[in-house]
Amino acid sequence: MSRYKMHVLVCGGTGCVSSNSIQIVENLKKYLKENGIEDEVQVLKTGCFGFCEKGPIVKILPDNTFYVQVKPEDAEIIVKEHLIKGRKVERLLYKEPNTQTAIDDSKHMDFYKKQMRVALRNCGFIDPDNIEEYIARDGYQALGKALTEMTPEQVIEEVKKSGLRGRGGGGFPTGLKWEFAYKNKSDQKYVVCNADEGDPGAFMDRSILEGDPHSIVEAMAICGYAIGANKGLVYIRAEYPLAVKRLKKAIEDAREYGLLGKNILDTGFDFDIEIKYGAGAFVCGEETALIHSMEGERGEPTTKPPFPAESGYWGKPTNVNNVETFANIPVILLKGADWFSSIGTEKSKGTKVFALAGKINNVGLIEVPMGTTLREVIFDIGGGIKGGKKFKAVQTGGPSGGCLTEKDLDTPIDFDNLVAKGSMMGSGGMIVMDEDDCMPSVAKFYLEFTEDESCGKCTPCRIGTKRLSELLDKITKGQGTMEDLEMLKTLSETIKDTALCGLGQTAPNPVLSTIDTFWDEYVAHVKEHRCPAGQCSALLQYFILEEKCIGCTACSRVCPVGAISGKVKSTHVIDQDKCIKCGACYEKCKFSAIIKK
Amino acid sequence: MGKIKSLEELKQLREQYKSKVDIREKGDQMEKMILVRVAMATCGIASGARDVMDAFIDEVANRKLDNVVVSQTGCMGYCYAEPTVEVTIPGKEPVVFGEVNKDRVKEIVDKYIIHGELLDGIIPVTHKTVDD
Ligand SMILES: Cc1cc2nc3c(=O)[nH]c(=O)nc-3n(C[C@H](O)[C@H](O)[C@H](O)COP(=O)(O)O)c2cc1C
Ligand code: SF4
Ligand code: SF4
Ligand code: SF4
Ligand code: FES
Repeated sequence: MSRYKMHVLVCGGTGCVSSNSIQIVENLKKYLKENGIEDEVQVLKTGCFGFCEKGPIVKILPDNTFYVQVKPEDAEIIVKEHLIKGRKVERLLYKEPNTQTAIDDSKHMDFYKKQMRVALRNCGFIDPDNIEEYIARDGYQALGKALTEMTPEQVIEEVKKSGLRGRGGGGFPTGLKWEFAYKNKSDQKYVVCNADEGDPGAFMDRSILEGDPHSIVEAMAICGYAIGANKGLVYIRAEYPLAVKRLKKAIEDAREYGLLGKNILDTGFDFDIEIKYGAGAFVCGEETALIHSMEGERGEPTTKPPFPAESGYWGKPTNVNNVETFANIPVILLKGADWFSSIGTEKSKGTKVFALAGKINNVGLIEVPMGTTLREVIFDIGGGIKGGKKFKAVQTGGPSGGCLTEKDLDTPIDFDNLVAKGSMMGSGGMIVMDEDDCMPSVAKFYLEFTEDESCGKCTPCRIGTKRLSELLDKITKGQGTMEDLEMLKTLSETIKDTALCGLGQTAPNPVLSTIDTFWDEYVAHVKEHRCPAGQCSALLQYFILEEKCIGCTACSRVCPVGAISGKVKSTHVIDQDKCIKCGACYEKCKFSAIIKK
Repeated sequence: MGKIKSLEELKQLREQYKSKVDIREKGDQMEKMILVRVAMATCGIASGARDVMDAFIDEVANRKLDNVVVSQTGCMGYCYAEPTVEVTIPGKEPVVFGEVNKDRVKEIVDKYIIHGELLDGIIPVTHKTVDD
């Protein structure tokens, strides 16, 4: 047996695969072979490192070298310089965004320093297609422990004691949910994993399924044992082909090893998992809609109660949990509820995965202990705002969430604090906005999303979200009135109170959380027909500065509608009535004489 | 692969597979690890650094030292004394050994790595390596 001296991990997550990381694996293997050291260096494909924007990522161990934006042709220099001679390839190393210094040990990257990886423990660490690597990382030990050393009641007690709350958005205590399902007697029960991941800014569930699918298989089996179910279903959107493929392979391998199927580990417990495909409607992530969709019905929510724990899939007691929730379960059983509950805040235990996006230097997937502040996430891990601009707000909770601002930066992030601030945890999307982002436009973006995704079953949501997005559209075009602003507020409150499911009830949050804090910005759009952030193109005006214009005529020649007049060598002017705000003159002027505001 | 029949068997498999991820787990805990770095630039390779590195890896594996990481580095600038090996025990200054051969490997592991005893052949470290 050959013994490897070094491991080269190449990211095989969706992001990096789309920028050709599989070819990097091939090329590395080729050059290792050419140099006769294929027995000394192991090349592996792993799940996502969370650093997709700088992908493809290649990490070399044991020296913790972190290469970013690696191209297939870089394989040669990595082999010849680093793997043979021990010299790191300087130009591929990650550079800190603010200082531009190259970091040669990933342990020193600000992006990773404050992170704590529990749910993502194996992502970017093991080959997700290799069950042996999962087993080497204590995989299926928790299932083994539950089946041989614990009663179902003890498993539920441990999960309750850990303080784990659902990561799918609601934050409901997981152990309590399991207990409900356990107590409802039935000949047949089901365990459902919600992998619908409808929030447009979130991709943690996909990354977990791609990077560590066995953790979900194991957790679902544990849940089955605890509540008395022997059938599991994963509801996953069909747009996640790589996650589906890895999950399928994990299920097959687990069956082959006797970790799924009949009489698992000779304990008499049977459990198996089936995959159900969703079409990707946001509302199908809501658990009652999800269950109807799995039954072949329309994916529309129904009122609760009855909760799925009483009457779910085919009317049987069903426990629905989110992917990230499940990913925590094996660790809780192995390390203990006390260990888990020592992390986090009083009422929110453990860690949370966030998808950092927007105007931030380090875009990516991160996992931090609950109670970490927004400031730490945005400025330490995220490396601050892009291009040295000013922070304006951060949107959490996706379409159901709200915006937090400067004054909230030192709030410890947990379920309750975010709700108290008018936002929510949601699935963990986090979109950072800078001074150039216009708040009414942000609200409009989300309302257009919910308007599209509303299933139409109840009036407040079907008509209400449409009216809200129409109002916002008017406002961002400078055609709104002060009455419209009042209308936005009252309509939002009404929808919140009367919609049937969570989609409608939370849809007005993007309005409600911005309209007070950014009232002046809304009013500027209405009264002055002005967009202070300069984002609403309908409200922009282009002007020529007299003192800078030298009269070169370049702008008047490029203007498609002939809105610019002026003689050669004398100041030009823009006719605001004719201007269609295409920006062509702004781009063309070499003397910075044209400004927009 | 046949079906696993008991938790015992699963635990045995885990031990058997551990070595697959061993290097990665050590890398992940680098700050707690004793780091052995073999200089592998052209001068080092020419004077047998590759064999020295293999010898270290075997020695560490045979003695099941799970707090030692063997890695390689570029030229350390002691070309006259190659192969050279730098050993860093957490919390201590790095120590560089010159003219290391297979027999010396055992001695370094025995005396310095396991017991922290100094031995002959240490090159005074007058500069920090580029990687620090
Ligand atoms: C409109 C809407 C969309 C939802 N989308 C998701 C989703 O994509 N993924 C998810 O896990 N939960 C989603 N939920 C929450 C689920 O209804 C349910 O609470 C969750 O899957 C329970 O798992 P947990 O307790 O582990 O969080 C959504 C809820 C609503 C109201
Ligand atoms: S609130 Fe919206 S998504 Fe929910 S049931 Fe009503 S119409 Fe459908
Ligand atoms: S391109 Fe600029 S400098 Fe030239 S005429 Fe237009 S505004 Fe003046
Ligand atoms: S923005 Fe476009 S339409 Fe308006 S003046 Fe400039 S070039 Fe003409
Ligand atoms: S997909 Fe490669 S880092 Fe996320």
